[in-house]
Amino acid sequence: MRTETNAAAAPARRTVRYVEHIMGMPISLALRGRHVDDDAACRAWAAATAILREADRVFSTYRADSYISRLGRGELGVEDCPPEVAEVLALGAAAERESAGAFSVRGLRRDGAVVLDPSGVVKGWAVERAAAELENLEDTDFCLSAGGDMTCRTLHPDVAPWRIGIEDPADPGRILAVVPVFTGAVATSGTAHRGQHLVDARTGRPPTGVASVTVVAASLTRADVDATAAYAHGREAAHWLETRPGRSGLVVWDDGTTTTVEPVLPQT
Amino acid sequence: MTAVKKIVLWLMSTLTVLVLLFGYHTSTSSTASASGESSVVVPVPSGTGTTSSDTSSATGTTSAPSANSTSSSSGTSPSTSSSAGRAATSTTVTGDSASTRWGPVQVRLAVRNGTITDVSVVEYPSSNGKDKQINARALPILVQETLKAQNAQIDMVSGATVTSDGYLKSLQSALDKAGL
Repeated sequence: MRTETNAAAAPARRTVRYVEHIMGMPISLALRGRHVDDDAACRAWAAATAILREADRVFSTYRADSYISRLGRGELGVEDCPPEVAEVLALGAAAERESAGAFSVRGLRRDGAVVLDPSGVVKGWAVERAAAELENLEDTDFCLSAGGDMTCRTLHPDVAPWRIGIEDPADPGRILAVVPVFTGAVATSGTAHRGQHLVDARTGRPPTGVASVTVVAASLTRADVDATAAYAHGREAAHWLETRPGRSGLVVWDDGTTTTVEPVLPQT
Repeated sequence: MTAVKKIVLWLMSTLTVLVLLFGYHTSTSSTASASGESSVVVPVPSGTGTTSSDTSSATGTTSAPSANSTSSSSGTSPSTSSSAGRAATSTTVTGDSASTRWGPVQVRLAVRNGTITDVSVVEYPSSNGKDKQINARALPILVQETLKAQNAQIDMVSGATVTSDGYLKSLQSALDKAGL
């Protein structure tokens, strides 16, 4: 009780940051509150990064010896893999169904071969599991980002929310919008940094008309999948996102204009 | 075990079958988003020094600048429309209160020399405990085309996936360095 009062009385909390590179991307953590740089914080950070490394070992399509690569080549069955594989494939299958096929864990390679690639689901899922380690930090807020997709927690409603900048896909040195997030997730799909690696699974081709889609949701797994699926819908990105219950977000079109999507509000 | 074998056989052909078989995984791992989750999008007037005055609900009541305002002295000017002024002026502009299902949400811009220097949320729905709980997830998105990153006071950057190769020149990298 006393802790809460003290925390509320000291809104200007110091933020401490950590960065490591895992899964080929920067993992950034910001902590504020009681445990920001003590042993507990370091242990939680180590545990969180260990989870991400393990996810990389299991799911990386860049590693020929990962479970997912061997599964994709037919060398293993799901029963030979850790149970997380089935969980992730189920998430991917649900996303495929809910996106009417625009999202898929089966990627089409350039040569036309179908490859198993659940990375569109894995990142959000893995980061949420890693964040569970941070949730054990008492009286501590966190914002954990993996290459631009993040999940945040704020314990005390009186402190300022995390402020998430949404980058301009045409100029990643600028931001187009700010999302204040107390507790929740933000994910963005686009091609600014990696070139055209996202395709509409229905056609195997890059979507047109859209530059990036940012989705705000309670769960990063859902935000990540919805951002990817919405992006795959191309010019229908905003319309599709509107159909998702409770989602909101920002669609940046390839001409630089933007559309904000918010949940359909009932008449009051 | 035999059931698992069957799953293996189906995996490559029809992944949608897995939805039915493993549906409980999906539901357990996404309970947080099953209900109540939501967020709010509040457009910010994109001109400089102008309120969105096209509706009569503009309140014109701006209280003291929020804690995270910069040192720019913020005069309150709820209906300034002279964006062409060259003088070094600081203005605080408050947008219309946007009506949401949980109550009004209102945002405020600090404008200095025609540049947005700060965006803050001045009004969250908070009339009762339930609202406050929902509000923990109610996340206004503030769209401001001219918002400069260096002025935005942001904690993290969301964008298309940054690879480790591209990280060094990324905004997030600058943020991480600043915080170390």
